[in-house]
Amino acid sequence: MLTQDFTNATATSATEPSLLFPFVLQLADTSLILAHRLSEWCGHGPILEQDLAMANIALDLLGEARSYYQYAAELEGKGRTEDDLAYLRSAVEYRNPLLVEQPNGDFAHTVVRQFLFDNYHYHLLKALKDGPDTHLAGIAEKSFKEAAYHLKWSSEWIIRLGDGTAESWQRLDKAIAALWRFAGELTTPAPAETALQEIGVVPDYATLLPAMQAYAAQVLAEATVPEPTAVFAQQGGKIGRHSEHLGYLLSELQYMQRTYPGMTW
Amino acid sequence: MVATAAPTEARIWQLLEEVSDPEVPVLSILDLGIVRGVAVDGEQITVTITPTYSGCPAMNTIATDIRLRLLAEGYTKLTIKNQLSPAWTTDWMSQAGREKLEAYGIAPPVDGTATGHMLNLFGKDTAVRCPICKSEHTHLVSQFGSTACKAHYQCDDCLEPFDYFKCHA
Repeated sequence: MLTQDFTNATATSATEPSLLFPFVLQLADTSLILAHRLSEWCGHGPILEQDLAMANIALDLLGEARSYYQYAAELEGKGRTEDDLAYLRSAVEYRNPLLVEQPNGDFAHTVVRQFLFDNYHYHLLKALKDGPDTHLAGIAEKSFKEAAYHLKWSSEWIIRLGDGTAESWQRLDKAIAALWRFAGELTTPAPAETALQEIGVVPDYATLLPAMQAYAAQVLAEATVPEPTAVFAQQGGKIGRHSEHLGYLLSELQYMQRTYPGMTW
Repeated sequence: MVATAAPTEARIWQLLEEVSDPEVPVLSILDLGIVRGVAVDGEQITVTITPTYSGCPAMNTIATDIRLRLLAEGYTKLTIKNQLSPAWTTDWMSQAGREKLEAYGIAPPVDGTATGHMLNLFGKDTAVRCPICKSEHTHLVSQFGSTACKAHYQCDDCLEPFDYFKCHA
């Protein structure tokens, strides 16, 4: 746990805190879990520059997650801190979609997972930054600029792998087959999201889909890989039904705090 | 502790000029544009700062450095506030800051080239001048460099690799 020498400016929110809390927590969990997965590449990247790129993206997502956790803690108002929310909740309490907890696999798997997330993240933040909740809009405005770098990175790698060698094409194709089923959950609202969509705090995901789908189609076409059609959407993470991978991930992420409760550095 | 006259905003700004960025020590936090406001109410001083990137690990050090600098002058009622919106942009970096960066060996941001809101896949790299030999023949090695705010470039003439402070708008 990191002691902090500054306080956060608070923006006003007209939304009922108990409605907003689960959604902000979901965004926080999503960015934290993906940041952790990417950080597992640190020191193992295929080349130094890409090792650095993944660490940079992980850092952006971790910073974004902290902003959400701090806001969630404030919304909950029960005295829990950002660290309590990140380090002291079990897998069934986590609300991230299944996609981000999937293991890194080979570099193509990591790139496909990142591309699916970035395409959603970029379009979601673009809408949230103009949303009515000014605190959430402030975080989104900040992270949107960073999400653009991430989407550019993952898009270029999809194209490079697909339009590369026979081997890289095949690996990309396999990764797409393995991961595309997790994309649907991102834009399928969980009950917490539906409640906020009804009052206009969260965008209707159907309005984001045309741009997301058109963009994905364009990148896959340039990558010379076929776009999967009629993919079954594997879901559950956003309501706490996770794959077995999350428990292992959390046991590593939370190890220090669970072993030495209340430790700081 | 020295007895100090009541703080004024002008005096606080002056002192903040002496606080440097921990990652790029030639730049003051004012050069970088991360101080968003100073408010003085009697003895109470509030300094508002904003991070360059969400995950900037230097924020805490910067807050501590501000606190230490002001404490050294005898100002004890201090609040350092972190504010995310409006989001930081390299447009807030001072001209003096840009010159200091280049002299330090980091190419300053080229305005109007932010990745921002248009995804230019495999687009032409931003033309960045080599801070060492001043050649314009350089190429992008990676969009992600030694810190979140920098990209990694190499000069095609003197062959030196160098950091480029990304335009972020």
